[in-house]
Amino acid sequence: MDWDWEYAIDSLPLLAEGMLVTIELTVLGALFAYLLGLVFAMIRRVGVPVLSQFVYLFVEFIRSTPLLIQVFAFYYLLQPAIGVKLSPFLTGVIMLGVHYATYTSEVYRAGIEAIPKGQWEAARALSIPRSRVWTGIILPQAVPRVLPALGNYTISMFKETPLLLAIGVVDVLNSAKEAGAETFRVIEPYTLAGVFFLLVSYPASILVRKLERRVGTV
Amino acid sequence: MSEPYSSPSSDVMIQFDRVVKKFGDHVVLRELDFSVKPGEFVTLIGPSGSGKTTILRLLMTLELVDGGTIQVGGEYLSHMERGGSLVPADERHLRTQRKRIGMVFQQFNLFPNMRVLQNVTEAPVRALGLSKAEAEQRARELLDMVGLSDKVDAHPTQLSGGQQQRVAIARALAMRPQVLLLDEVTSALDPELVAGVLSVLKEIARTTDITFLCVTHEMQFARDVSDRVMMFDQGQVIEDAPPDQLFTQPAHERTRSFLHAVIDRAV
Repeated sequence: MDWDWEYAIDSLPLLAEGMLVTIELTVLGALFAYLLGLVFAMIRRVGVPVLSQFVYLFVEFIRSTPLLIQVFAFYYLLQPAIGVKLSPFLTGVIMLGVHYATYTSEVYRAGIEAIPKGQWEAARALSIPRSRVWTGIILPQAVPRVLPALGNYTISMFKETPLLLAIGVVDVLNSAKEAGAETFRVIEPYTLAGVFFLLVSYPASILVRKLERRVGTV
Repeated sequence: MSEPYSSPSSDVMIQFDRVVKKFGDHVVLRELDFSVKPGEFVTLIGPSGSGKTTILRLLMTLELVDGGTIQVGGEYLSHMERGGSLVPADERHLRTQRKRIGMVFQQFNLFPNMRVLQNVTEAPVRALGLSKAEAEQRARELLDMVGLSDKVDAHPTQLSGGQQQRVAIARALAMRPQVLLLDEVTSALDPELVAGVLSVLKEIARTTDITFLCVTHEMQFARDVSDRVMMFDQGQVIEDAPPDQLFTQPAHERTRSFLHAVIDRAV
């Protein structure tokens, strides 16, 4: 194998830009997925008429189709149809968020179901208002237990950002590809991009495993 | 239900009228009638599965009746008046009625994410609108009364079962209920912790005018503290008498055999 150190170092600035985009996509997409997933889980748990069934169908639909197709459909079909033009980056954040919200909602659901029935009954017997039961009693117990599972989904989301090239988001892998396109040398930028993913994912998964040991799994 | 609204007499705190409760095809309570006077301590005894706990859960509105009516303190609990007739209570009605009733559970059900003090202040602050300072003062007094003034800042998981149950008693009392329901409150405790919980309950029964409805297998406690004991079997009260009479000269064969079985097991 012929590895050109000088070329590898030259491609770093471009790769760094891409890394930043990857991290931004992951952080924003994850926050969106955590919030939206919680909303989905609560709607289903409370059993809001109509909305609850709609969320169920939506979750099943999103989970049964590939993210790539959803990104395409949202960007090239849905946005023109409703006369909206979001940036590729924002589209990416939204689609990562929505897609992973369907997974995080299941995670929250499991976490909420793991709370003993007696907690709900005690809260009811004490006349604690419904919203306070969620914010003061159920979620403070459920959320810590699901943090490891949320962490795992965040890591998979992180590794899926490259497919947003489909709509022109230039993340780290796509900047590697761009770097390669100019010189027809791809080994160095691709390898470095891979190392970047490894350097982030591996420590993150160790962290998740530590967290799992601390809170116990659902 | 379309019976005319009738005001029950004021010397009745709890009134069950032909109450029916089913779980699927299984009839747990069949047209159950009984009443409890204000300030009375009434204990329900009987074999497991006879529906004793269901009575408490109906009063706490954790379950809803399938027939008949329940009144508490002269007001309908299970039903409400609408257009001159009685209709099943909606959630709003239940919410107002429920505040007069408290319950202590077999499994304590403390909120593990809150310290002891907050377990006791949470409901008065959120449901009664007490200020935090007021609620804390009340909570400290109650925790002192149940002998846990040194555990105010502990987490529930740091407490023994008996201590947790005493916090749960303080938590229920903080809502100043007219009726307190005790659902096998010592069944989940190690034997050496039972006495502490029971003596706290005895003291409360003696010093307050709260009406108690108690389900227990502690026959000695039932005998010491109750004004009345009801023997319950297959969804019906089969014997209702003061404890001295019921425990020494039960009128029914069923009561006799039940007491034999329970007391044999205890020895």
